[in-house]
Amino acid sequence: MDATDQKRLLREMLFARRFEERCAEAYQERQIGGFLHLYPGQEACAIGVLEKARPGHDYVITGYRDHIHAIKSGMDPKAAMAELYGKETGCSRGRGGSMHLFDPDSRFMGGYALVGGPFPLAAGFAKAIQMKGGDEISICFLGDGANNQGTFHETMNMASLWQLPVLFVCENNLYGIGTAIERATVETSQYLRVAPYRIAASQCDGQDIDVVMSEAEKAVTHVREKRQPYFLELMTYRLRGHSMSDSGAYRSREEVEQWARRDPISIYRTRLEAANILSEEDFQKMDLDIQNEIENEIVRFALESPEPRVEDLERYVYADGGPKPWLK
Amino acid sequence: MAEMMYWQAILRAHDEEMARDPLVFAMGEDIGVAGGTYKATTGLFAKYGEQRVIDTPISENSYTGIGVGAAMVGCRPIVEIMSVNFAWLAMDQLMNNAAKVHYMSGGRIRCPFVMRVPGGTAHQLGAQHSARMEKVFMGISGLRVVTPSTPRDAYGLLKSAVRCDDPVVIIEHESMYNLKGEVPENEFFTPLEGCETIRPGRDLTIFAYNISVRWALEAADRLSKELGIEAEVVDLRALKPLDRAGIAASVRRTHRALVVEEDEAPVGVGSEVLAILSEECFFDLDAAPIRVHARDVPIPYNRQLEKAAIPNAGEVFAAARKILGK
Ligand SMILES: Cc1ncc(C[n+]2csc(CCOP(=O)(O)OP(=O)(O)O)c2C)c(N)n1
Ligand SMILES: [Mg+2]
Repeated sequence: MDATDQKRLLREMLFARRFEERCAEAYQERQIGGFLHLYPGQEACAIGVLEKARPGHDYVITGYRDHIHAIKSGMDPKAAMAELYGKETGCSRGRGGSMHLFDPDSRFMGGYALVGGPFPLAAGFAKAIQMKGGDEISICFLGDGANNQGTFHETMNMASLWQLPVLFVCENNLYGIGTAIERATVETSQYLRVAPYRIAASQCDGQDIDVVMSEAEKAVTHVREKRQPYFLELMTYRLRGHSMSDSGAYRSREEVEQWARRDPISIYRTRLEAANILSEEDFQKMDLDIQNEIENEIVRFALESPEPRVEDLERYVYADGGPKPWLK
Repeated sequence: MAEMMYWQAILRAHDEEMARDPLVFAMGEDIGVAGGTYKATTGLFAKYGEQRVIDTPISENSYTGIGVGAAMVGCRPIVEIMSVNFAWLAMDQLMNNAAKVHYMSGGRIRCPFVMRVPGGTAHQLGAQHSARMEKVFMGISGLRVVTPSTPRDAYGLLKSAVRCDDPVVIIEHESMYNLKGEVPENEFFTPLEGCETIRPGRDLTIFAYNISVRWALEAADRLSKELGIEAEVVDLRALKPLDRAGIAASVRRTHRALVVEEDEAPVGVGSEVLAILSEECFFDLDAAPIRVHARDVPIPYNRQLEKAAIPNAGEVFAAARKILGK
C-alpha cells in the first residue's frame, strides 16, 4: 500500500467520523428522526475489511449501524444523508431511514433493524453466488449481541454444511445496548463460538486498521478461493451511545476514556505522521476539506432535496410493472 | 387518586406483585442494570436482584420459551419484549407452547405467563419498528390479549395478568409511556375480559383501543361541540376474548358503529368487530359500519408519509359525519 492509499484510508475514516458527527447535529436539529445509531470508534472495522474486499462486486449486509458500511460499499454519501433527511433523493427514497439504507447498484444489500436478521440473508446471497457460479463473496457485518440469536447458530451450521462463500464479520464492541457482553454471553470470544460448525475463524484488534486489513485479507482470500465461510471477530468499541437516546449509565467514564485512547483515527494518523507521510498541517487541511464537503455538498443536497409526495404513499408496496402472466 | 405516568403504573404493578409473590419474576433485554428501555422496570434490579430481574441475551424465542417453561411449573414470569416487531421471533414459543399447553394437556398444565410488549407507530422509527401485531395474537386460541389505553389500565391489567393462570399478552404503546393519568391508590384489578364505555352517547358508537382511544375521545368532543352529535366511545381493552355481548349492546342503543385502529384493516380488530355486528345486530344497524385504520403499507420513515399512513382524530371525526350523513 503506497502513501496515496494510506492518506486516502485516513481520509475515509475521518470522513466517516465527521459524517456521523454531522448526523448527530442534524438529529439535534430535528432534521433526522427515528433511531440513529452512529459509528465513531469502529471506523477501522468496516473500512479496513471492505478495503480488502471488492465493494460493488461483493455483497454486503449489516444491521442498523449502517451508514459507513453503505458508503464504503460505494453508496453516494449524498444519497445516504438525503435518506436520513427522509428525502425522495435518498437511497431508499425516504421510505427507509437511518436503519434501512439500501443500494443494490453497489451491492449494498441493506441495513436491518432486527438483531440477527441479516445472518441468513447473507448466507442466501452466498447461496445465489454459488448457484450462479461467480467469484463474488457475501459479507455480513453484525455485532456481538447478535450472536445470541437462533439465526446465528442455524446459519453457521448451514453455511458450513453447504460450503457457502460468506464472510461473517463480528464487530465486538463489548455491549449490546446497555448489556455488557459477559452478562449476556458465556463465551465472550465470539470467534470460538463457530468452532463446532467447523468454520475457519480468527480474532484481531479492530482499532488498528493495518491489523484489520491484514486479517481481513486472509479472511477474504479464504472465502474467495476456498469458497467456504469464514468468521472474523474484530475487537472494537463504540465511543458514543448505542443510539441517540443512551444515558451511558451502564459503563464507566474511565472505560470510555481508555478506549478513546485507542481511537482508530488517531492510531493511524500518528503512524502516518511518524512515517512522514502526512504532516499535522496536511491533517488539518484534510479535516477542513471533509467538513466543507459534508456541509456544502452533502448536507446541502439533503436539505434542498424534495420530500416524497404523500400521493405516493402506496408506491413500492408491490413491484410495479412486474410480469403478471395470468393477465395474458 | 394519584396522577402517574403509564410507565410508572406498570412499574408499580411489577413492584407490588414481586413483593407479594417470590415466584413472580421479570425478564427481558436491558430491563435490569440499564433500567428498562421504557423505564417500566427501573429500580427493580436493585430491589429484587438478578435472580428475579433478568437481563437476557438477544434471544427472543428462547427466553420467551424459558419464561413459558418456568410458568408451566409454577412461576409467574413477566417477559418484556422491547418492541412488538421483535415478538415475531418469539412466535413459536408463544403460539405453539404457551397458548396450547393447557389445552393439549387436557387442562393439567397451566401457563401463567405474561408478555408485555409495546406496539405501534412512534416517531419515524421505520418499517421494522412500527408495526402492530394484535391481529396475530388475537387469532391464536389459548392466548389472552389486552391493551391498556390509560395508566390506570396499564396498572390494573398487569396486576390481573400476573394473577391469571392463562398466558396473557399485554400490548402497550411506544409513545404512551409518558402519558399521565389518575391511578387509584388502593390495589385493584382491571378485568382481562369485557369492554368499557368510557364516554356514553346516543348517536353512534366509536370502538377503539390503546392509542386509538385518544383519537376517538378527541373526535367525540369535537362532534359534540361542533355538530351536537353524541358519540359513545367504547374502549375494547380486551382483544381476546373480544366482548361480543358488550359490543352488541352498545350498538343496539346507538344503531351506528365506527371502529378505529392504528393497524392496517385486513384481518384486524375492525374486521372482527364488524363480523360480530353483522352476526349479532344486523337489523339494529341504521348505517353500514366504517373502519378507520392505517393505510395498507409498511410504515414509511419520512415524517409526512408516516403521518399519512396512520389515522388520526380528524379521520374519526370525518367518518362519524359520514355515518350520520352530516
Ligand atoms: C430482534 C431484536 N431484538 C432486540 C432489538 C433491540 N436492539 C437493537 S440493537 C440491540 C443490541 C445489539 O447489540 P450488538 O449485536 O452487539 O450490536 P451493536 O449495536 O453493539 O453494534 C438490541 C437489543 C432488535 N433491534 N431486534
Ligand atoms: Mg455490540
